[in-house]
Amino acid sequence: METKLRMVLPDQELLKLYEQMFLSREFEESCAEQYTKGHITGFLHLYSGQEAVAVGATAGLHRDDYILSAYREHAQAIVRGAEPKRVMAELFGKATGLCKGKGGSMHLFDPAINFMGGYAIVGGQFPISVGLAFASRYRGEDRVTACFFGDGAVNQGTFHESLNWARLWELPVLFICENNFYGIGTEVHRSSALASIHRRTCGYDIPSEKVDGMDVIAVYKAVKHAAEKVRESGLPYFIEAATYRFRGHSMADPGKYRSAAEHELWKSRDPIPGYAKRLLEEGITTREALDAIEARCKATVEEAVVFAEQSPWPEESEVWEDIYV
Amino acid sequence: MSEMTYRDALNLALKEEMRRDPTVVVWGEDVALYEGSFKVTRGLVAEFGEERVKDTPISENTIVGVTIGAAMGGLRPVAELMTVNFALLAMDQIVNHMSKIRSMFGGQTNLPLVVRMPGGGGSQLAAQHSQSLETFFMHCPGLRLVYPATPADAKGLLKSAIRDNNPVIFLEHELLYNSKGEVPEDPEFLVPIGKSEVKRSGDQVTIVAYARMTVLALQAAEDLAKEGISCEVLDLRSLAPLDDEGIMASIRKTGRAVVVEECWRTCGLGAEISSRIFENCFDILQAPVQRVSGLDVPMPYSREIEKICIPRKETIVQAVKEVMQGKF
Repeated sequence: METKLRMVLPDQELLKLYEQMFLSREFEESCAEQYTKGHITGFLHLYSGQEAVAVGATAGLHRDDYILSAYREHAQAIVRGAEPKRVMAELFGKATGLCKGKGGSMHLFDPAINFMGGYAIVGGQFPISVGLAFASRYRGEDRVTACFFGDGAVNQGTFHESLNWARLWELPVLFICENNFYGIGTEVHRSSALASIHRRTCGYDIPSEKVDGMDVIAVYKAVKHAAEKVRESGLPYFIEAATYRFRGHSMADPGKYRSAAEHELWKSRDPIPGYAKRLLEEGITTREALDAIEARCKATVEEAVVFAEQSPWPEESEVWEDIYV
Repeated sequence: MSEMTYRDALNLALKEEMRRDPTVVVWGEDVALYEGSFKVTRGLVAEFGEERVKDTPISENTIVGVTIGAAMGGLRPVAELMTVNFALLAMDQIVNHMSKIRSMFGGQTNLPLVVRMPGGGGSQLAAQHSQSLETFFMHCPGLRLVYPATPADAKGLLKSAIRDNNPVIFLEHELLYNSKGEVPEDPEFLVPIGKSEVKRSGDQVTIVAYARMTVLALQAAEDLAKEGISCEVLDLRSLAPLDDEGIMASIRKTGRAVVVEECWRTCGLGAEISSRIFENCFDILQAPVQRVSGLDVPMPYSREIEKICIPRKETIVQAVKEVMQGKF
């Protein structure tokens, strides 16, 4: 029995979740187009299909909470509040980008919104998250550090070292595993002896749960509850969100290792139309209102592309800047 | 001034900076209750408590990563890796993260942190515990690297490293911990990062050295003086950035150079410094630059064969004599 949406959040907040998911999808699909046109180059890992995780989780956190992620992080940054046009400009490699064009798709960072980085060495963000959580506790800040990562990261040494450390030092870290079942082309049961990832935390005495990562409300509720537990106890917590990416690992990957049937099954659980249906069925909104939201998202993304196209390249002298203080 | 050991000078630097700045925290394997493998953190937990002085698991990569996160979060952490050899387990966080975070994020964050690492050979600890890896870090842009030779520099450089807003790798030589020297008592005594120092003035040949190699170079210079050869000993103190100005000023004065490095010869810092000297001072060089290096071998255990793998006073003396006779 699904919870009625109005039991969870007020209408405006419910619609905001829809808008954020739709904007994320529009942004990513626009990125794919810009990549095909050669405007975005390098590695490009798109989030299409996983939107319910970033959107639901971010809504369940406080604005002061730190968020760190891996290299499929555009949506996490934008949903947290990074300007889409500055994210797009970063992907174009322009001087107006979030990181002046020095980071690119995999290294978004915006401390003004406590988005503490996209990291592209698998598992690199684990210990950094633990360190941020220590700093928060030491400074007496009421802050949870949310560390996002994929199923591929759970066999890195840093995963085990950091879970142990976070529990040992009793630090407020919320680990959020986005299990999309594939580390590039290797399915999770081919890389993890225990493929039920959330069960792996028992060795570190960290409570964990699994949530439907295609259901934005389920993710929101789980993360809100977990973040409250972390805040109250000061101890780490672990969520595994089962989700799926509708595209390949990156733009270079056609994703042939996944069957059409599997793909179709997950597509039928697309978090965006599914949530739209619930909003309409429960009388939260109308089709016209959703159309208006969608049009607004499309306009935002179009503006972001124009901004990125028209922005200047970094000056050559910039290569020597920002390395040292 | 008061006389103290290199170990105590480092210990005093930590205490002074922790008293001065409550955001300075210290952690590492065995640094709290055990007071450090080399006792550099002696007395810290008693004075500052267990929230500021923390033992960590044996997880070197995560030690460095946690240090990065804490620095990003507003602290000035000082991490100890038990020895430089174990830093190889942390090269992902050092090279892929610590050195790059500021630039790849467009300068939006600083990492005011220090990672201390005892290192160097000569204690019969065999291949895995005797390495001199300074060149590994020098190769990577985005890091500061210092390696003091004297107790005074140990204190002044560690204090500067802690106050610096860049990530600093702080190497300490295991065979220097018990060495003694005069150390300024002024709690504002700082040694600038990136500045070499002439530890002995001379006019015929410059011996460029660092850390324990500086100590050996000074002994060699003393012997050579008796034979009428006047050596200038330039102690680099900082390996990143290298003090090109200081190096070239000395070479322009003497016209000859011997570079002494404890690390392996191939692609070592001696090769880098020699190359810079040739590029900048070729016009006044009176002989090719000589290198005295660690041998390109995994360090053997046995005393009699270990000692020939590391530069000695005698090998430095020999190199100076060769460069004095050398011509183009």
